[in-house]
Parts: sequence; structure tokens; C-alpha cells
Amino acid sequence: MSSVLELNDVSIQFGGLRAVGGLTFSIQPGELVGLIGPNGAGKTTVFNLITGVYQPTSGSIKFGGVSVPGHKPHQITKLGIARTFQNIRLFSSLSVFDNVRTAKMMHLQHGIAHSLFRGPAFLDEEAMIENEVFDLLDIFDLGKEASTPCKSLCYGDQRRLEIVRALATKPKLLLLDEPAAGMNPTEKEELMHLIQFIKDKFQISVLLVEHDMKVVMGICQRIAVLEYGVKIAEGTPAEIQSNPKVIAAYLGTEDGKGPLDA
Amino acid sequence: MQLLLKYRTQAFLLLALLVSFVVSQASDNIDGYVLQIMLVAGINIILAVSLNLVNGHTGQFSLGHAGFMGVGAYMSAAVSVEMGPSILGLLGGPSTLSHGVTFVIALLVGGLCAAVCGWMVGVPSLRLRGDYLAIVTLGFNEIIRVVFQNTSSSGPFGGALGMRGIPDYSTFFWVFGIAAICIYVVASMVNSTYGRGFLAVRDDEVASESMGVNTVRYKVVAFVLGAFFAGLAGGLYAHLFGAIDPKGFGFLKSVDIIIMVILGGMGSTLGVVVAAIGLTALNEQLRDAEKFRMIVFSILLIVMMIVRPQGLLPVTFEKKRRKSA
Amino acid sequence: MDQFVQQLLNGLFLGAIYALIALGYTMVYGVLRFINFAHGDVFMLGAFGGLYVHKALAPLLNALPWPLALAVVMLASMAICAALGIAIEYFAYRPLRTRPRLNVLITAIGVSLFIEYTGQLVFGATQQPFPALIPRQNISGLGGLTVTMTQVIVVVVTTALLIGLRYIVMRTRLGLAMRALSLNPTAAALMGVNTSVVISFTFGLGSALAAAGGILYASLYPSVDPFMGIQPGIKAFVAAVLGGIGNIPGAALGGMIIGVVETLVTGYSQKLGIPSGYKEGVAFIILILILLFKPSGLLGKVEREKV
Repeated sequence: MSSVLELNDVSIQFGGLRAVGGLTFSIQPGELVGLIGPNGAGKTTVFNLITGVYQPTSGSIKFGGVSVPGHKPHQITKLGIARTFQNIRLFSSLSVFDNVRTAKMMHLQHGIAHSLFRGPAFLDEEAMIENEVFDLLDIFDLGKEASTPCKSLCYGDQRRLEIVRALATKPKLLLLDEPAAGMNPTEKEELMHLIQFIKDKFQISVLLVEHDMKVVMGICQRIAVLEYGVKIAEGTPAEIQSNPKVIAAYLGTEDGKGPLDA
Repeated sequence: MQLLLKYRTQAFLLLALLVSFVVSQASDNIDGYVLQIMLVAGINIILAVSLNLVNGHTGQFSLGHAGFMGVGAYMSAAVSVEMGPSILGLLGGPSTLSHGVTFVIALLVGGLCAAVCGWMVGVPSLRLRGDYLAIVTLGFNEIIRVVFQNTSSSGPFGGALGMRGIPDYSTFFWVFGIAAICIYVVASMVNSTYGRGFLAVRDDEVASESMGVNTVRYKVVAFVLGAFFAGLAGGLYAHLFGAIDPKGFGFLKSVDIIIMVILGGMGSTLGVVVAAIGLTALNEQLRDAEKFRMIVFSILLIVMMIVRPQGLLPVTFEKKRRKSA
Repeated sequence: MDQFVQQLLNGLFLGAIYALIALGYTMVYGVLRFINFAHGDVFMLGAFGGLYVHKALAPLLNALPWPLALAVVMLASMAICAALGIAIEYFAYRPLRTRPRLNVLITAIGVSLFIEYTGQLVFGATQQPFPALIPRQNISGLGGLTVTMTQVIVVVVTTALLIGLRYIVMRTRLGLAMRALSLNPTAAALMGVNTSVVISFTFGLGSALAAAGGILYASLYPSVDPFMGIQPGIKAFVAAVLGGIGNIPGAALGGMIIGVVETLVTGYSQKLGIPSGYKEGVAFIILILILLFKPSGLLGKVEREKV
């Protein structure tokens, strides 16, 4: 089976800082992969590379065989990669419904001319989109909040809405950037079920950046560990938990040296 | 009945066009002064609604709308003054029809030239945001003004003196017909799935891109369409007063339009229309106190920003409930 | 060649004044991240302040030697404008501190128009002659070059003010607080910096420099009117952007460059085939070019949006 996403020797440099260096890893269809590492290890930078916000200095990123660098972020979304953001980035002046509807825009058969003419084809399409959005909102129990301004949702719901919005683009790969941040243990528990559920229901691959080890270890099939932009380990949760390099990266070694000093 | 409900937006547009035609036929019965103020209000509606597309809906703060208006005014006036006679001749002499055709051609030329300028400003400005964009659009406005001001005084644009003797084609029908079309275009475009993209760009460009929204395309569409309608408004203005000069399309005119948008509520078409009418009336009231006019307007601007930045009639959330399928 | 050197010199003198105004834009941008659109009008008020202080104190000032009289007028006007700058910030901008930057820009446009048109009401719309605070005489012994006493004073005063400013920013506690605020307002506040005081101080400082610029400008081109701040204000803003907005040495450098470019373009416009009427557009063309090709300016840092 060919990989959904393949990063091969990807590096990016900001001025003198090498934020990601020689990163190679891949995601298989239907796989749930975790990307972990201490603060500033370059996890979000990896997301920004995959989604075209940054261009890699070297290396290749392939999504379904298509080379990602050089595409604009919105084109990459059309290829089938959707994401959420570490610091929630909803469309703050729009309602819950419209936040999700925005993601439907790229599936429109009809463009600007139809929105002016407002003929039968346009009305049918709008009705169809409305149904799809409501279907999706209902799955996540947000249907009754459709007209609510998104900023008046509670924090956990805002995080969930961001996931719903990303799913509305009908992605093949979903990137989740610290979805559990700021959640309480119950919410985290729910989130774990939710991610599992999404993966199975929508048949997609998920790449998860997360600090909460319980969440990562609980649901990921495979985990990659970054430190200073370099992958120091990769394996199943059990392998990662017992990997001395990983333990050193998180806790430091007994002699006070970091793993790279060894 | 159901059909009417389904296509109510179009029905409103037709009704508005019909009403402006009827009123136009009866406009001889309206006091000349009152009629002129109404026409100015109509032109201001077009300016404010089109600027609102750029500043309000798309969140790209432009300080140069009067520049596009100026391009439209000059170009359309040039068409009807320089080419008008030959167009009239082709259509078999002056008649309601031939005047109408000349005017439509003049307006379209003005609007399209303004749209091209809007594109020229919009494309390089894509890399800028917020206050930098505002200053650059102000700069383009000034450059457009300076260019017209420095044309030859014997040429078609008349340099600093401007143009005179532009035929008075702007009737109630043309002004309010175009105002209705402008409102229809902006409102129906924004109120569609396609149009939510404008609002998304305003709220968060990075998130928009990650939702598959082509932010560049939206910004360009907003700039071009906004400039097109500003150009039409300029054409109507030129053919209402019969004389134009470069000073009328400077920074202060842009500020006038911005005040309408801010007062009405950025992104609120209804609010902006109401504000355009209200401010036109206020402007007339202050005509005898010209010295105080800008002081009043500037205080209005400051107080609005501090007390009610969302405008007097801000956008309300549309109630969405699942239709029983 | 002589003509070129002369133009260059004239440009540097004019540029020195632009630099003084540009500093105000840059400092305010540094601490608040917004363009104080009304800054050019504070410059205008500085010139009028000089005019009125001179009128009010004429008997006293006439008795003093001119350098002292100039110092009195200048310091008085700087104090008035500092107070006005602080007041503008307090009443118009402070209520908007947590709002989007664009709202503050709109308010600043309002403040700018308010000052201009209130000025028109109070001072009258016509140009008024500016008193000769500096003797109108040429400096001799420079060969073919003409340098006036006013131009010399412009350079002396500007240099003194720049050194003073550098001292305040680099060596005083308030200056340290200003720098901290411009790097990270939240962290500065957490470290005990009273942000409100620092912002007021920044506005006061910037406005005082603008006032000094206003008096020097009015001495160089001896007339004042309520709209005299618009063009120099725009050029100084362009200077601030050129130098890298938020960067103090950058503003000084940018001011000099804009002054020289403007003087050379004006001086050689006929040879270059540019109608002199296009002069007003030159600053904007430079601005647009900088923003498109090097938006961080000559000495500024690139700011990357965090995703």
C-alpha cells in the first residue's frame, strides 16, 4: 500500500536557525500517527511545511504522489489535507454554520456568476451545502448551535468546531495541532474517542501533534519524536515509552546532559 | 407566490428598477434642489456600498475610493464629451434612446477603466495588510489626482481646471437603478457560500487558505468590483453636475465615503445605505457652515470608533435552522 | 558639480527636519504598532506654537540675544506640543488600546482632520508669515556654495535633539521601558513597566520633536498655515518606513535620504523630464516601491506572522 504522505529529508532554515532538519517519515492510509517532542522541537513547523505555509529549504514532501511544495495553502487543501490550529483560528465574526460553510466553498460547482444570478442551480447547490453542513454539525452535536456566533461557544466546542470545519473540506489527511490543549481530563477523554471516531467514520489518516502523553499514547498507532527539528525516534507507543533517547529528551539524562550531547 | 419567495432577491431588484423608472418619469414634479440632493444621496449609496465590499466585507482597508471614482468620472465624461456627438450621429440624432446609449457606453467605459485601476492597485497591495495597505491606497488616490491635475489644460481633461460642459444625463432612473444593481450585486454575492469567502478573508487569512479559500482571488475580486462601481458612481457624478475637477476626487472625498461605511457598520449593507442617505442630508444642513463641516465629521469619526466601532446598524446573525428535508 | 553639492546640502538640511518628524512616527509605531496619522498636524501645531509664543513674548524676546530667544520659543512650543500629544493619546487612542489596530488608524485620521480644520477655524485658512527667529543671513567663506544661518541652525538643533533622544532611549529607565515595550508589551507589563506612562511619554517625546521640526521648517520656508503638516508629514512617514519603521536610527537615515531625493528630483526635474507638478506624487511612489520590495525598510527587522 502506498503512503498518503511522504516526507523525505525535509529541512527548513529561518535565518541561521535550522527549525527542521532532514526529517523523513510517512503516513499510511487510515493511520493515526502522533508527532511529539518538547516545546520548540519544530512540530508546528512540520505542519506549516505540509500545508504550504512555509516552503522547505530542501527535501521533498509528497501527498498522494503529488509534490506539495510550490502549491499555495488553499491548493494543498484542495489536494486533500486539512488542519486545525494550535491557537484556535475560527472566523470570529461568523456563525458556527458559516464557519463550516466556508470550507464547502471549494467544492462549489458554480462560482461568482451564479451567486449573482441566483437561479435554480444556485439555489439547489446552496440547499445541498446547507444539508451537508447540518449533517456534519449534527454528528458533532453542534447542530443546535448553528446560528450562534462562534466566539460565544465554550472553549471545548470551539476546538471541536475547528475539527468539524477541517472535516468539511473532505480531507484524506487531517492534521490536528494540539487539540487537547486547555481541555480538562473529561474533555480529553471525549476528544480521544472523537479522534478515533473521525478516523473510522471518514476513513482518513490523522497526524496528531499533542503534548498530552495520555492522549498520544492512548490513540496513536505510531509515534515520531522530534527534538531540535530532528527525528530522534519512531515506533509504537510502547517502543517510544521505553526509548532512552526520548526519555532523555523529555527529562534530561542523569548526568545533566541532553541526548545530543551524548 | 412560492416562486416569488424563492426568487425574492431578483424580485426586489426588479421592483427597485421599476420604482426608480416611475419616479424618474415624474421627477419634473420634484423640487429641483430636493431632486439634486436625492441624486447625490444615490451616488453616495453606490460609493459607500462598493467601498463596503472592500473595507467592510473583505477587511482590506482602502483609503483611496475617491481615486477610482475620479477615474470613472473623467473617463466617462471624456467619452460623452469627445465621442458623444459621433455616437449620437450614428444613432440618428439626439433622442431619449441615443442619449441613453451614449450614457451607458460612457458609464461602462468609466467603470471599466476604474476597474482596471482597481486591479492595478489591488494586485500589488495583496502583499500588504492593515495600515500599510491603507496608506498605499491613499498614495494611489493621490497619484491619480496628481496625474489628472497635471494633464494639459487645453487637453480633454483640462488639468487643474477640470472638465466642463458634460451633458446632464444623470436622471433619477440612472442613479437609483445603478444603486439598486450595486446593492443587489454586493448583497447577493456576499450572501452565498461563495461570498462567505470574503468574510473569511477578513477574519483570518491563514485559516481561510487552510479551508481552501483562494484569498488572493477574493481580494482582487473585491478591489476590482469595488472600483468598478466607484467608477460608475463617478460617471453619474460627472453627468449630474456637468463639471468636475481633480480636487473633488482627493483624500477628503475618500474620507467622506469611509465615514459612511463606518457610521453604517462595516460589512452591513443596510447600515451603509442608511448612513449614506443620512450623511448626505447632514452635509446639506452644514452647507451654510462649511467651516464646521469637517470638524463635525472628524469628531463623528473619532466618537464612533471609541463608542460604537461596529457602526449604528451592525450585521446581525442570520438564523439558520435545518429545513425539514 | 557645485550645483550638485549645493542640492545635496539643501537636501540634507530638509532631510534633517523630516528626520525629526519621522522619529515621532517610528517611536509611536515601536510602542503601539500603529501609524499616528495626526503626527504631521502636531508638526503644524509646533510651528503655530512658535508663532504665538513669539507674539506673546515679543517684548521679552526682543531684549534677548537671538539664540536664547530661539531656545525659549522652541522649548515653549515643544512643551505645548508634548502636552497636546499626550492629550491626543489619552483622549483619542487610549480608549482603543485593546481594539484592532485599524480602528486606531481610523481614529487617527479623524484626529488629523479635526486638528487641521479646527486649526483653520482658529488660525485662519490663509498663510501667515513666520517671524525671523534666526537672522536671515548667509554664511560666508564657502566658495560657490550658499548656506544660510537657518540651515546651520537646523543641523545644530537636529543633531542636539538626536543625541538627546539617543541618551533618553539608551540610558534612562524610561528609555529602557520604551525599548522593552516595543519588544513585547505583555512581558514588559509583567516586569513592572507602567505601559500607560511609557506610552504617554513616547507621545510627548515624539510630539516635542515634531514641534521642533515645525519651527525649523517654518524658519526655512517662512510661512505657516493649518495644512502645512500634510506634505512634510507624509514624507516623514515615508522616511520612517524607508528606514524601517520602529527603528530610531533608521528614521533619521530615512529622513536624510528622502530630503536629498526630494531636493534632487525637484532640482533636476526638468532635465529628467518629470513635470514639477508630479513632485507631490514622488513620496508615494517611493513608499509604494519600498513596501512592495523591502517592506522591512533599510534597517528594520522582518516580522513573520506566527501560525
